[in-house]
Amino acid sequence: MSIFSFFRSAPRPSAVQAKERLQIVMAHERAGRAGPDYLPMLQQELLAVIAKYIDIDQNKVEVKLDRGSDCSTLELNIELPAREQLKSAMAAVRKPETKAGGDGLKAGAPLASSEDKKRH
Amino acid sequence: MGEAPLSKIIVMTSGKGGVGKTTSSAAFATGLALRGFKTVVIDFDVGLRNLDLVMGCERRVVFDFINVINGEAKLSQALIKDKRIDNLYVLPTSQTRDKDALTAAGVERVLNELAKDFDYILCDSPAGIERGALMALYFADHAIIVTNPEVSSVRDSDRILGVLASRSRRAEQGLEPVTQQLLLTRYDPERVERGEMLKVDDVLEILAIPLLGVIPESQAVLRASNVGMPVILDESSNAGQAYTDAVGRFLGEDIEHRFMAPQKKGLFSRFLRRSA
Repeated sequence: MSIFSFFRSAPRPSAVQAKERLQIVMAHERAGRAGPDYLPMLQQELLAVIAKYIDIDQNKVEVKLDRGSDCSTLELNIELPAREQLKSAMAAVRKPETKAGGDGLKAGAPLASSEDKKRH
Repeated sequence: MGEAPLSKIIVMTSGKGGVGKTTSSAAFATGLALRGFKTVVIDFDVGLRNLDLVMGCERRVVFDFINVINGEAKLSQALIKDKRIDNLYVLPTSQTRDKDALTAAGVERVLNELAKDFDYILCDSPAGIERGALMALYFADHAIIVTNPEVSSVRDSDRILGVLASRSRRAEQGLEPVTQQLLLTRYDPERVERGEMLKVDDVLEILAIPLLGVIPESQAVLRASNVGMPVILDESSNAGQAYTDAVGRFLGEDIEHRFMAPQKKGLFSRFLRRSA
């Protein structure tokens, strides 16, 4: 132990981090245990709706889920074909616990992200 | 002999492997027998038999649980009577078959036969949530969840609690739910004090089930398994005493928890620790 470590703020004990991580992951696992896993279905239906209006490549779809203690984010990244008229196509779709924010096109000119950090 | 037992079939389960299910099963069954209850402990870990070693009866196994299920041997031929303790019996499992040998009907028939003769039937579950673990918990009235103060063990314990609540016989038939208690093993109060290990209260808060006991990390556990003696018989060890307390609590006695704070050290051992 050096004399300098006295002045540094003490690092958070690892046991505290262990507890927080467990509480977050297990809250979600318990919630998911009750009902069926709706994510794959939600993803399919969202894509079906988008595909009705826009010609999208199923291989260029990225789904990300980030689970936090009080807010979860469902992010759908869909690469759209490079056509100017598609610029305003994407809109945010919300679910009670998760939200989808369509944000971005990689082919063609980048669009403004419609990402929405609103908390539930 | 005390009052009539409230529940007969107990499962010792955890989800995660290596947390102390078999050690705890051996200790707990021995503790119940020491209290005068006729107790049998069954190894459900088909193919990875180990309860016999921990109980010190590995050289006396002739027939096993699977033989009885398949009608190849009588129950009385497979049961091994403990040489140290009256009222204590071991039902070893097969080392050669796989877990598919455990059929629900077969397990039920053997448990029903045992229930006629024994006060307590203790099922030592294998790790995981596959067939062996499911069969071990399916018929249980009471579950002892063995957990280490460590993230993967706590998470797996929670998973097993979910399985008990949905896939046990009591859940499927809409009966009173399986009662549950937590046995926190390998607890190291000094690491807890240094903030390196989850506290008992943390684990209780997360799992939200009643505490049966805290078994301190102890060298006596390995020493006991080396010689095939349930650690509860090592009365001088902290772990042995902690198991004895846990058995008392299981039987409804009000026993204060011990071994949850670091042991007070003398000046001399403090000095040794610093310089080590």
